[in-house]
Amino acid sequence: MFDVAIIGAGVTGCAIARELSRYRVKACVIEKEEDVCCGTSKANSAIVHAGFDARPGSLKARFNVEGAKMMEALSRELDFPYKKNGSLVVCTEGQDRGILEELLRQGEENGVEGLRILEQEEVRKLEKNLSEDVICALYASEGAICCPFHLTIALGENAADNGVEFYFDTQVETIKKQEDHYEIHTKAAAGTKGSEIAGKEIRARAVVNAAGVYGDVINNMVSEHKLHITPRRGQYELLDKSTGDHVSHTIFQLPTKMGKGVLVTPTVHGNLLVGPTAEDIEDKEGTDTTAEGLRNLEQSGALSVKDLPLRQVITSFAGLRAHEEGGDFVIGEAEDARRFYNAAGIESPGLSSAPAIGAYLAKEIAKDLALEENPDFVGERKGILHPGDLSMEEQNEWIRKQPAYGRVICRCESVTEGEILDAITRTLGARSLDGVKRRTRAGMGRCQAGFCSPRVMELLEKTAGLSPLEVTKSGGESVIVFGQNKEI
Amino acid sequence: MKQYDLVIVGGGPAGLAAAVAARDAGIRDILIIERDGRLGGILNQCIHNGFGLHTFQEELTGPEYAHRFIEQVQERGIEYKLNTMVMEIRKDKTVVAMNGDEGMFVIQAKAVILAMGCRERSRGALNLPGYRPAGIYSAGTAQRLVNMEGQMPGKRVVILGSGDIGLIMARRMTLEGAKVEVVAELMPYSGGLKRNIVQCLEDFHIPLKLSHTVVKIEGRKRVEAVTIAKVGPDRRPIPGTEERYECDTLLLSCGLIPENELSKGAGVELSGITGGPVVNDALETSVEGIFACGNVLHVHDLVDFVSGEAAKAGEYAARYIQKGDKREGRSILLRPMEGVRYTVPTFIRPQEMPEEVTVRFRVADVYRDCAVVTYAGDRQISRRRKKILAPGEMEQVVLKKEDLMEEGIEDITIRIEREA
Repeated sequence: MFDVAIIGAGVTGCAIARELSRYRVKACVIEKEEDVCCGTSKANSAIVHAGFDARPGSLKARFNVEGAKMMEALSRELDFPYKKNGSLVVCTEGQDRGILEELLRQGEENGVEGLRILEQEEVRKLEKNLSEDVICALYASEGAICCPFHLTIALGENAADNGVEFYFDTQVETIKKQEDHYEIHTKAAAGTKGSEIAGKEIRARAVVNAAGVYGDVINNMVSEHKLHITPRRGQYELLDKSTGDHVSHTIFQLPTKMGKGVLVTPTVHGNLLVGPTAEDIEDKEGTDTTAEGLRNLEQSGALSVKDLPLRQVITSFAGLRAHEEGGDFVIGEAEDARRFYNAAGIESPGLSSAPAIGAYLAKEIAKDLALEENPDFVGERKGILHPGDLSMEEQNEWIRKQPAYGRVICRCESVTEGEILDAITRTLGARSLDGVKRRTRAGMGRCQAGFCSPRVMELLEKTAGLSPLEVTKSGGESVIVFGQNKEI
Repeated sequence: MKQYDLVIVGGGPAGLAAAVAARDAGIRDILIIERDGRLGGILNQCIHNGFGLHTFQEELTGPEYAHRFIEQVQERGIEYKLNTMVMEIRKDKTVVAMNGDEGMFVIQAKAVILAMGCRERSRGALNLPGYRPAGIYSAGTAQRLVNMEGQMPGKRVVILGSGDIGLIMARRMTLEGAKVEVVAELMPYSGGLKRNIVQCLEDFHIPLKLSHTVVKIEGRKRVEAVTIAKVGPDRRPIPGTEERYECDTLLLSCGLIPENELSKGAGVELSGITGGPVVNDALETSVEGIFACGNVLHVHDLVDFVSGEAAKAGEYAARYIQKGDKREGRSILLRPMEGVRYTVPTFIRPQEMPEEVTVRFRVADVYRDCAVVTYAGDRQISRRRKKILAPGEMEQVVLKKEDLMEEGIEDITIRIEREA
C-alpha cells in the first residue's frame, strides 16, 4: 500500500513528489511516457511569469506569484538554469493602453513587485529591436526565464533520491474508491513493455491527479464534479543561438481571451523562442505543428519585434495547454472524493506555479495523512556538470579525473561524453535520445542531432545496456533502427 | 603554449590535401586537428564508388580515396590529433582545442587552414510541419547508420530533396533491403549530379518527382506516412495534388551548409550565398593568415575538386608562412551576374595571383544552349559554350594573369548568355 500515488511526471507531479519526500512517505509517481517531462512541461514558453496576468483572487494568481517568488532559490537548491531577465508587455499604436494599466493594477493586487509602465523612449532604450509601433509597455522586473526540462528533471530526480518511486511507460486505466484507500489499475502504455507495476493493481491511501491534458479523464474516474479539459495547442519556433540576443527581455503582446499572445524571448541557453499560437483542439496527443500555425506565428511575432531572424529557425514544436473550462487551476481535494487531490487544469502559468502547487499540496496531504517529517530528506541536488561553463583550468581538472569530459559528442552544443554518461547513469537516468537531449542538450543545436545521434545511440547501448533495437527517440515504438543491414 | 607553423582544422579530404601540399611546399611544422576517431572525414561513410576519376584517373570508393591521402600524410610524417575538437579559433591565429588525453590546450599558429566541412540542413530548418517522430533522418545520418554501424534505419522510405547524398542513399537503402517509394524535390530541377540520378534512381526504378514537397508527416512515435504535394512556381503546395505514401522513414537531402561557427568566432567574413568565407585568389579569408578550402568554403559535388582546391590552400598558406602577406596592391572584385549565383574566390589580386586561377561557381537555374562569358571590366576575356548548365553541377572558369594586368579593371564579371 502506497501512502500517495501521483499520476503524471510533469513539472506539477514532480514538484508534488519532491515536496512530499520531505515527509516519511511511501509514494509513487505513475507516468505513461518513458521519462519525466514528456508532455506540456517539455513544450512551453519556459517563462517564469511575474504574476500580473491572472485575475486577482484566482488560484492562478496565487500560485503564480508564490511560485515565481520561490523559483530563484529553488534554482540554486536544485541546480537548474534560471535567469531574471525581466519582461515587457508591449502596447502598439492603436491598441488600448488601458489594458496595460489594468494589468499593472491587477499585478499590484496580486502582490507582484517591480511593475512599472514605461513610455516609448524608455522602452526603446531597453530593447532596440522592438517594433516601431510600440508606444508603451508594462515592465516587470520579476519576469524570468528558466529551463523547464531541467526544472522538471531536477524535481523528479530529487524526489527519487529522497525515496519516491517512479514507474514509467505505465498508464492508469481505472481508479476505484475503497473504504480507506484507492485501487488503481494500470497497464503498459501502448507500444511499451511497461514497468514492474504495469498490469497490476496498486493501492494508495491518497491519489494526486497531475495528469496534464488527461486531468479530466483521471478526475472523472473518481469524482462526480466532472472536469472538462481542452488541449489548447501552442506552436513555437526555436531560433539559432546566433540570434539569442535579438531581445534581452521577454516580449509579450497585449493579452487576449485566448492567452498572452505570441511572445518573443531569449532562452536560458541563448536561443530565441517565438510562440505560442493558441488553438483549441480535440486530440490530447495533437502535438503536431501545422503550416498555417507556423505562418501565423511568424506574422504575429513581427507585431512586437522587428527584423525577427526567422531564417535561423532550427526547430519548431507544439505543446498542449491543459485548459479547464472553468478557466482556473483546479487544486485540492475533490469535494466528493476524500483524499483524491487534483492538480488539474494546469495551463499557463503552470510552470511558474509548480513549486508553490507542490509545496501546498504536499502540506495538505501530509496533514491529512498525519505524515511525519523525513529526517533524511536532502533538498540539495547537483545538476549535470557542463564543463563548457567552467574556466579552462577547471575543465582540465575534470578531464584529468574523467577523460570523457574532454570528448565532444555534440559539436553544436559542445556536449561531452562525460555529460551524456552522467545523464544516463544518474537517478532517473535517460533511456532515449530525447531523454539525453533534454538533460544535456546533445542534439538540441543547429544540426538537430544529425551528427551526434549515432554516437549517443552507442553510449545508450553501452551504458544503459540497450540493444540497438531498443534505443528509441522517445520511448515506445519510436525505434531508431529496425535491424541489421539486409536483415529487415 | 604550443607553436606550429600551420594548423589545419579538419582531417577530411580538404584538410589532408592541404597538409600534403603545404608540406611539399616546404612547411615542416604542421598539425591537423580531427574531431573524429580517424582521418578521412565523411569519405569514411561514402562506401560507394565514383571517387578519384579526376585525381587518380581511376574509380575508388570513399574510404579508398581517403586512404590515398592518409598515406601521403603519414609518409610525410605530418602530425595529427584525433578525437580532438577545436573549440575556438581566434583572430591572432591561436587555436583552442580539447581531447580526453590532453584536456583543453591552446596552440599558436602562423597560419590556419579552415577545413571543417559542412552539415546537412535539418528538418527544423526546413520548417516541415507535423509530428516529431523517430524515422526522420538527414541522408548523411542514415548513411552513417547503414555504412558505419551496419544498422537499417528504415524499411519503407520517402526521400525529400535530390541532393547527392539522398540519391546515393536511395540506392544504398534499396540494396540493403528497403523499399524507396519516391524522391520528392522542391525545385523544378535536381540538386544532385546527373550521373547519380541515372545510377541511383533510374537504374532502380525509383521515381523522382520534381516540384514536390512534403506537406504532412504522420506518426507520433515513428513515421507512419508522408504526404507530398506538387508546388507551384511560388514553391507553395498546390491543394488537390497531395499523394500519401505509407512509410516508416523520411530521409532529407535538402542542402548542405558550410560549418563556419568557428570561422565566425575568428571574425572571418562570410558570404550570404555560400555560407562560407569570402576569400581572395589565395583562398585567404578576410582574416590575414586564415585560409579556407573544401566544403567549409563552398559545397562541392566532387571530392576531386575539394582535393585540388585544398592543395592550393596548402600552397598559399605555405607561401604566406614563408613570405608574409601581400595585401596591399590592386584587388579586383569578381561579380556574379545573370544566372551566376556566386564565385569562389571573390577577389583577385593580379600582381599576386599565379599565371592562372580557377574560379568556381554555381548557376541559379537550368540553362540550355548558352555560354559562360567572362568580362574584365567591359572587355570580354573568355566565352565558353555550354549545352546545359544546372545548379546541381559546379562550374568553373580559368582566369589568366595576362588578362588582368592592365590598370583600371574595376571588376570581373561572369554571366550566362544565350547563344544565338
